[in-house]
Amino acid sequence: MIIDKLKPQLDSKPEILEAVVIRFVGDSGDGMQLTGTQFSDTSAMFGNDIATFPNYPAEIRAPQGSLYGVSGFQVHIGSVEVSTPGDNLDLLVAMNPAALKTNLYALKPGHTIIVDSDSFSKKNLEKAEYTTNPLEDGSLENYRIIEVDMTSLTREALKDIEGLDNKIITRSKNMFALGMIYWMYNRSTEHTVEFLNKKFKATPNLIEANTKVLNAGYYYAETLELMPNSYSISPAKMPAGTYRIIMGNTATAWGFLAAAEKSGLELFLGSYPITPATDILHELVKHKHFGVKAFQAEDEIAGVTSAIGAAFAGDLAITTTSGPGLALKGEAIGLAVMTELPLVIVDVQRGGPSTGLPTKTEQSDLLQAMYGRNGESPVIVLAASTPANCFNFAYEAARLALEHMTPVILLTDGYIANGSAPWKIKTVAEMPAIKNNKITEVKENWHSYDRDATTLARNWAVPGTLGLEHRIGGLEKDSVTGNISYDAVNHEKMTTIRSEKIKRVQFNIPDLETEFAQEGDLLVIGWGGTYGSLHSAVKQINMEGYKNIGYAHFNYINPLPKNTGEILSKFKKIVVCELNSGQFASVLKINFDTFEFLQFNKIQGLPFGSNDLIRKFKELV
Amino acid sequence: METTIDQKYTSKDFTSNQEVRWCPGCDDYVILRTMQKVLPEMGVAKENVVFVSGIGCSSRFPYYMETYGIHSIHGRAPGIATGVKLANPNLSVWIATGDGDAMAIGGNHFIHVLRRNIDLNIILFNNEIYGLTKGQFSPTSLIGQKTKSSPYGNTQPPFSPGELALGAQARFFARVVGNSPKEMGQIFIEAHQFKGTSLIEVLQNCVIFNDGCYDQISDKEVKEDKQIFLEHGKPMIFGKNRDKGLVLNGLKLEVVTIGENGITQEDILIHNAKEKDTTLHHMLIKLEYPLATGVIRSFDDVTLEEREAALTAQVKANSPFTKTDDLFFSGETYEVK
Repeated sequence: MIIDKLKPQLDSKPEILEAVVIRFVGDSGDGMQLTGTQFSDTSAMFGNDIATFPNYPAEIRAPQGSLYGVSGFQVHIGSVEVSTPGDNLDLLVAMNPAALKTNLYALKPGHTIIVDSDSFSKKNLEKAEYTTNPLEDGSLENYRIIEVDMTSLTREALKDIEGLDNKIITRSKNMFALGMIYWMYNRSTEHTVEFLNKKFKATPNLIEANTKVLNAGYYYAETLELMPNSYSISPAKMPAGTYRIIMGNTATAWGFLAAAEKSGLELFLGSYPITPATDILHELVKHKHFGVKAFQAEDEIAGVTSAIGAAFAGDLAITTTSGPGLALKGEAIGLAVMTELPLVIVDVQRGGPSTGLPTKTEQSDLLQAMYGRNGESPVIVLAASTPANCFNFAYEAARLALEHMTPVILLTDGYIANGSAPWKIKTVAEMPAIKNNKITEVKENWHSYDRDATTLARNWAVPGTLGLEHRIGGLEKDSVTGNISYDAVNHEKMTTIRSEKIKRVQFNIPDLETEFAQEGDLLVIGWGGTYGSLHSAVKQINMEGYKNIGYAHFNYINPLPKNTGEILSKFKKIVVCELNSGQFASVLKINFDTFEFLQFNKIQGLPFGSNDLIRKFKELV
Repeated sequence: METTIDQKYTSKDFTSNQEVRWCPGCDDYVILRTMQKVLPEMGVAKENVVFVSGIGCSSRFPYYMETYGIHSIHGRAPGIATGVKLANPNLSVWIATGDGDAMAIGGNHFIHVLRRNIDLNIILFNNEIYGLTKGQFSPTSLIGQKTKSSPYGNTQPPFSPGELALGAQARFFARVVGNSPKEMGQIFIEAHQFKGTSLIEVLQNCVIFNDGCYDQISDKEVKEDKQIFLEHGKPMIFGKNRDKGLVLNGLKLEVVTIGENGITQEDILIHNAKEKDTTLHHMLIKLEYPLATGVIRSFDDVTLEEREAALTAQVKANSPFTKTDDLFFSGETYEVK
């Protein structure tokens, strides 16, 4: 039943670990997302820091047992700060041969695989394109394999419960695996039992069945003497407070909810479904109780134009999309630049060009966000860097759009948008104030393009305000009267004003900070969703004794923080790491042409791996 | 819901200080003056009126109206107008668009705004040509029409805006010829009063690139004989002598003369614009002689914003959340000490 290929360790005290990376993989229908989520939630509530990443096939219902139908969920839990879902696995839970075959590459040598040996039938082995059974042919010699007849054990556990068909029984086996893992990592089943009670409220026999299988797995792991050892991961030292687990896209949606409440404006979303941004739409349509107006438009263009209409009419207006959608919205964003209306555009980046890699991550829309419009049309560009801080940067994007009367493009990516992490809940009261430029008073000689002397933000007179009737539009406007103007000098003046307005945002954003070395031999630069991998790589290399390496991460792309040049000047070498072929590096080159920017790039639809980064950094110093 | 007011305006109150720059003799002037003339009769506060346009000659319209306005990008006025109306349903929202703007580049938005039935009004300036880009064929240009981009004659069959609109579930469709300001004004008022998306097709002459395109039906001498102005609840009678009428012959509309072949006024069809079934409205739209003008269809239906408001009220009544903090702290949270 259990074949321990390595020598059993007889130590009965749980081994204390700092962090562990586990991947649950199975068929799309095996409930791996649920199993992974339950394990990570329970661990977070225990006090661990966590980072998770779901990975499911593009096919909605792929054939059972097939290689491309494998669905996975990876979780990284730690007693220390955890900033990525992890590179290499400590434990792989594989529910069938296809899942084993497609995921084995990520497991560290010598580490553990738990398999449902019942699923290693001739038919399933063929579907996974195995010519011999890997459990028998010795090919897994370098790993510790725990074979469990999970399907039969689940069936056995459920034999006394009436009214369960075969399908339900098979579907419960994920609970068996979960129960085993709970015991192995010293976690209580309590949270999952509560969850099952809620989920199957209407069908008590399913509560009973799932709970029974969960406990069966737990006790099975406990009673088996051959089980190698159990692991314990102590709670992480995290700031005190109330937490919840949040996905990046949900955090983005909630940041806008908070910004709307804080600013006293109604929230309008115009959006069209596109992977991997659609979850923001899914989240915001739920919140009609806060007066959210979420409009699913006929296309990307109507998504952004409806938001522009809502902005003209006085709402906090946003539109959400991914790279191909941002391309379609380009002309309309130019209109918002010209009419100087507050608008937030969220681009959850994915692999491109064209349809590219819809479910994979990439940072290749940066230059599109910066320059992807006709004419000179500067906008504010921000980038969130973790699932939880999508909340902060959505809020920040709304604040800057309203305070500066301009479109703001917020870049996130598939990796942080779908990943989840603990979020120390913020109340609306503790968020920074948001001013806006609305006017209701009729002043003599008023013009629609009258500006704030400091920020250059245009004032915002919305329809329904008596005495401030005016017309705006895409044609160039006279800098004083706001009427159409084809005057040559005026056009140059307005172009300069639009550019200067964005530059002055520098004074309304925080300075760039450096982590680890504040000066020295190498400055590692990153931006957006790579924070987790870069931060942990620099941290590790620092612990290895490389105290001469600093790390600066950019969330403000346009304008750049005003102390950027000063920080660059404190290091001998600079390396810009990004998941594209050097887009941010080129932005930095344009702005700081006296520095040399080395590059480290990856364009594989995947996040950086720590080992590659560390190797590169060592090479550079 | 739009609120009505007692304030008395004149057409001057709706005239902006901008110099109108359309070609002399263009029917656009008629549409503009008619709008400025009838807006005071609608009882809507000036600050609550918004004109939205795309690109094209017609799309300069908002600049000339002393109301709120946004001159947007080519084809996208329905999207902008939808956002304006959903953000503030109290506004009276108007779209000024042309045959190219609405049916070529903006075709997708045009059909979807009609389908959704948001309470706004669309004036479609149809001159069967691109004017602003100086004379290319449009989606309503006729086969064989010689234009700058079809020097040997147009080979692309045209849309019929009314049929397209009905196919897209339009609840309100009216048609009027550019030289009939009285009828046009009456239609604008009816469109404003109608709750839902109203589409008004104005058959409008382009003096430069398509001059005389509607002469055969709009010339003073032939107008009354070539057009039938439809009014809800009234018999379908037309002609200088008011002796021509429409009857149904099998599956076709037929023109008959009252007093000939035993036809009396009782035999003439009564126009029912409020009928849900579109069959007869389709026939009227397709009729070549006489050309049907007036409000052809005006079917009352629930608007998008009414549905949204009802749903929002229902969700609010059943929601445990009043502030975002309630949401953030709901469900599974945990304490770190």
